Amino acid sequence: MPAVTETREAVEKLGQSSYKWGFETDIDMDLAPKGLNEDTIRLISARKEEPEWLLEWRLAAFSAWQQMEEPKWAKVAYPPIDYQDAHYYAAPRKKPGPKSLEEVDPELLRTYEKLGIPLHEQALLAGVELPEGETARPPVAVDAVFDSVSVVTTFRKTLEEAGVIFCPISEAVKEHPDLVRKYLGTVVPAGDNFYAALNSAVFTDGSFVYVPKGVRCPMELSTYFRINARNTGQFERTLIVVEDGASVSYLEGCTAPMRDENQLHAAVVELVAMEDASIKYSTVQNWYPGDENGRGGIYNFVTKRGACRGARSKISWTQVETGSAITWKYPSCILQGEGSVGEFYSVAVTNNHQQADTGTKMIHIGRNTRSTIIAKTISAGQSDSTYRGLVRVLPKAYGARNFTQCDSLLIGDRCGAHTVPYIENRNMGARIEHEATTSKISEDQLFYCRQRGLSEEDAVGLIVNGFCRDVLKELPMEFAVEAQKLLQISLEGSVG
Amino acid sequence: MTQFLDISGLCARIDADGQEKEILRGVDLSIPPGEVHAIMGPNGSGKSTLSYVLAGREDYEVTAGSVTFQGKDLLEMEPEERAAAGLFLAFQSPIELPGVNNANFLRTAVNAVRRARGQEELDAVAFLKTAREAAKALSMAPDMLKRNVNVGFSGGEKKRNEVLQMTLLQPSFAILDETDSGLDVDALRIVAEGVNRLRSPDFSALVITHHQRLLDYLVPDRIHVMAKGRIIHSGGPELAKQIDSEGYTRFLAEAA
Repeated sequence: MPAVTETREAVEKLGQSSYKWGFETDIDMDLAPKGLNEDTIRLISARKEEPEWLLEWRLAAFSAWQQMEEPKWAKVAYPPIDYQDAHYYAAPRKKPGPKSLEEVDPELLRTYEKLGIPLHEQALLAGVELPEGETARPPVAVDAVFDSVSVVTTFRKTLEEAGVIFCPISEAVKEHPDLVRKYLGTVVPAGDNFYAALNSAVFTDGSFVYVPKGVRCPMELSTYFRINARNTGQFERTLIVVEDGASVSYLEGCTAPMRDENQLHAAVVELVAMEDASIKYSTVQNWYPGDENGRGGIYNFVTKRGACRGARSKISWTQVETGSAITWKYPSCILQGEGSVGEFYSVAVTNNHQQADTGTKMIHIGRNTRSTIIAKTISAGQSDSTYRGLVRVLPKAYGARNFTQCDSLLIGDRCGAHTVPYIENRNMGARIEHEATTSKISEDQLFYCRQRGLSEEDAVGLIVNGFCRDVLKELPMEFAVEAQKLLQISLEGSVG
Repeated sequence: MTQFLDISGLCARIDADGQEKEILRGVDLSIPPGEVHAIMGPNGSGKSTLSYVLAGREDYEVTAGSVTFQGKDLLEMEPEERAAAGLFLAFQSPIELPGVNNANFLRTAVNAVRRARGQEELDAVAFLKTAREAAKALSMAPDMLKRNVNVGFSGGEKKRNEVLQMTLLQPSFAILDETDSGLDVDALRIVAEGVNRLRSPDFSALVITHHQRLLDYLVPDRIHVMAKGRIIHSGGPELAKQIDSEGYTRFLAEAA
């Protein structure tokens, strides 16, 4: 029996037993009643003790959303979503606001421990004796978001000393209202699109990062999102502002319990990079993808956009997308500053019945702006994966350059891979390159590896990691290994 | 029976475009430990198929016969189990693995095999030292360990890379499928020396070739002539010269 047929059958047998993050945490929750109306929004705003301007902003977004229609152009199919049949606020029942680790519910700490997310600052500090077999990792500051609220943010003191603000956005609204008000919704306006408007109306938490002029953030920042409660949506909002000559590297990770019903995740991420600033934003997206029959899983409808406002600023998106039943996501760069640089590195893996429609938009406005797009798509099982990208060069973007490479790898003969590039050029001097390939893991490659002693799973893992190498090498060192493992697990049975 | 490698009455076919094609039609061949045997024969006689069937390629269906390797039923084993048991195939056309670093691939393979053989795995430093020495002995450029497996390699570089893998995997039985094809005389000598270095009472090889030239450097203990899916004649090393001057016609006529 040819190896690929065998692996395909192995995948079918496997189902989703490989989703190792599917447990549920039993914790006392404060839930808003089901349904979405102005009262829901007022309740969220009141729970968060928000100022009046933010409530008004939310209500305006809500009224815009009510006039909007769900986008239908993506190559994904799903039954209609009943937006009234979900809770829009779910928080562990504890006093709101950030706490020190000692105050956090131990049940929550255990949850993050199980997820392998380092919340204990001590264990991460250099010079601390580590258990045998563990190697020291550079410290990473973590903001842990559980359902609708941030439960803890680590290393705040160290960051404060450097002048970096890293806190839940709900706290930033109170502590740094001017900054939030100045930038919120300036990159992704409240009425930008259906899901962004929904998010603007009901967002509950997320991270806020501010790096002042000339500061290199002394450590990686990361946020781990966890959906736990049943019948809830998660709507987080992240805002990162990096001033002149400053830089930051930020990573987000996400997981959810295994459930039969679909859950909605509609996030908005806004990045602002000023002159000579640089932002590296990495995502390891591992929401529950649903079972082998396509039941359950997260609908991941996300708007991410970065504005390179200053000259020579740089925004780099790196994403490893392995989870979610449906992914609808196009991290984009608005290249306004002269000589600014936008990058998009993506690995999207779909298996079983997963659907992904993902890509990027590079909008070249300023002179000599440059963008690079490297997208790797891997489809297995009966999944469907689409790269959709836009490169737009405006008339004044003299000397603009873009290079795009889209590669698809198919495993088995029942999956699909599609590449939909849009190129809109209004400047004759721009240089735009697009390369695309589609390939399958060949029997020859598998046999060659197995003849050398590798198991079929290891062989496929090796080939897939080779295929993704250009993207994985963009991830921060300590997450690259994690991402490689995740790729193997996501495709276990089908791709090692 | 040699108790090392015994092939008996082996028949195999392939499904080519919906048509079943019989390629091996009763191969009998025994190779004792420590011996190097060569197989020569006209194109399409089944030489490469024999190497694929021995290595466990799944496209071929074995319809009759048996293969015993060091007392075990070889045909029951997965390709990677055969590799762990000591079987190595140097491919006629080595496969490219884009994005896969050659040194990383070699180390993964070596450690997979060592694990299966109950040996300790090599760490990166120890492995690189061994690999660099082996590559140097094959006159390979040092950067070949850093490049992607066989990607952009010349024909000669690919063949040397096969011999490098063989050296590092330490097989007890190697099949070299036309490893000499496309090599110039210098490369041929280097590859042959690479194989000769492995010769020991614990190493046997089956060398598939079209040319007597390789056998000048790699003197075999026995030479077999294969045609139409069977071994039709066997003899000593002198057989190579006879084939070179007379061709296969006489053996084919005798077999008919």
